[in-house]
This record gives sequence, structure tokens and C-alpha cells, in this order.
Amino acid sequence: MQNLGYFLAAFIVVWALVFGYVLWLFVRQKRLRQEIESLRERSRK
Amino acid sequence: MKMLPKTLLLGGSFALMLTALCVIFLYVPTEEVMGVGQRILYIHVPVCWLAFFAFFITFLGSAVYLWRRANSWDTIAYSSAEIGIVFTTLALVTGSIWARCVWGVWWTWDARLTTTVVLWFIYLAYFIVRFSVTEEWRAARFAAVVGVVGFIDVPICALAIVLWRTHHPGPVIFEGGLTATMLMTLLLSLAAFTALYILLLWMRASLKDDEDEVKRLREVG
Repeated sequence: MQNLGYFLAAFIVVWALVFGYVLWLFVRQKRLRQEIESLRERSRK
Repeated sequence: MKMLPKTLLLGGSFALMLTALCVIFLYVPTEEVMGVGQRILYIHVPVCWLAFFAFFITFLGSAVYLWRRANSWDTIAYSSAEIGIVFTTLALVTGSIWARCVWGVWWTWDARLTTTVVLWFIYLAYFIVRFSVTEEWRAARFAAVVGVVGFIDVPICALAIVLWRTHHPGPVIFEGGLTATMLMTLLLSLAAFTALYILLLWMRASLKDDEDEVKRLREVG
């Protein structure tokens, strides 16, 4: 399997970065939604 | 976005990507000279396409924002620029791995490679401008100018392999350098990555809306 290591390295890098980015989007959105809720709650009081 | 289109987009892009990966790993024949390493092409070309396409959407969003001053266009431009920097980074990394595999070096100051690095720095400039100006509307306007002017590098980068003598392979899709199976695999991978881009753009734009909402609520409070 000539150059298999390079092929796998390219795939791992792409998917690691894409998954990392998607995870960051999810985590940040979850935090922001919580903050929006608490800010709305505070403004209602 | 309503629930049905959202589910369709998620399911569609997942199914497309899964099919593309199965075809790349299990179906497409191995190239005789480069071996398995040639399969990097099926991921490198779509990643480069997305880097260019994302900057085109940034250009479009920025131009319409400057014209209409509607925040939704700024959101699209900003979100696409962020996705663009992710895919330009990936284009540089996968290209470097390809170079090591085929040319025996990690990097060379070839016209295509150099113009891609310039593109990466243009994206970086977009965010530096955005974060260095405190007033939101002014930051959006300055960044939009970078988004429009910086797009000049995209056609230069895309045509670098035709305009200059480079180490980089020529336009394989148009010059018939691939067999029918290889071409079909590449087109499938391009479709899968384009669907992924649409999904990411929707996710990032939704996040930007939430960021703006937090800012607005903080100002009110």
C-alpha cells in the first residue's frame, strides 16, 4: 500500500479540524442560548 | 430555519459524505504511479474548492452589505469567512501532505501555493479588521471592504496553474487527466463537501445571530 500513511494523515487532519470546528459551534451556541435565557430572565424582573 | 429543511440538510449532507467516503476508500481504483497517496486528491480538491467558494460568498455578502446595509448579509459574509479560513488551512495542510507524497518536499514557493498562503492572510486580515474596531457597524463596514477587495486573490489563485509554470498539477477535471470512475468519485466528493459547507454556513450564521442577541440584551440590561 504505497503512500498509505500520507493518505490517512490527510484524512485525519481534515476530519479532526472539521469535527473540532463543529464541536466548537455546538458548545458556543449552547453557552450563548443559556446566556440569552438568563439575560431575558434578568430583564423581566 | 424550519425543522424539515434543517433535517433534510443534515441527513442529506451526512448521506452524501458517507457515500463519498465509501467510494474513496473502497471503490475507486488505485492510481498506478502514486499509489494510495493519489486518493488525497479526492479530499484536497473539494477542500480547495470550498476555500474559494467560501470567499466568493464572503465577497457577495460583503458587496450586498455595503450596498444595502442589511445585517443579514454581513452575517453571511462573516460566517463564510470563518468557514473559509478553516478550509484554506485544510487546503494548505492537505496540499503539503500531497507535496511530500508526490514531490518529496513539504513546501515549495510555487505560484499556486504562494497565492493560497496570501489568501489565508487575507482571511486573517478580515478578522483582524473586524476585531480591532470597537464600533460594531464600523467593524462590519471595514471588514466588508476587505471581503470585497481581498476577493481579487481568488481568481489569481485559481488561475495560477494556467498563468505560471508551476509544479502543481493542471486542472484535472477539465483536461481529462482522470478516468471516468476517478472523475465520478471526485465530483461526488465535491458535492458532499459543498453540502457540508451549506450546513456549516447555516450553523455559523445561527451562532452569529445568537452572539448579536447577547450583545443587544447586554446593552439593554
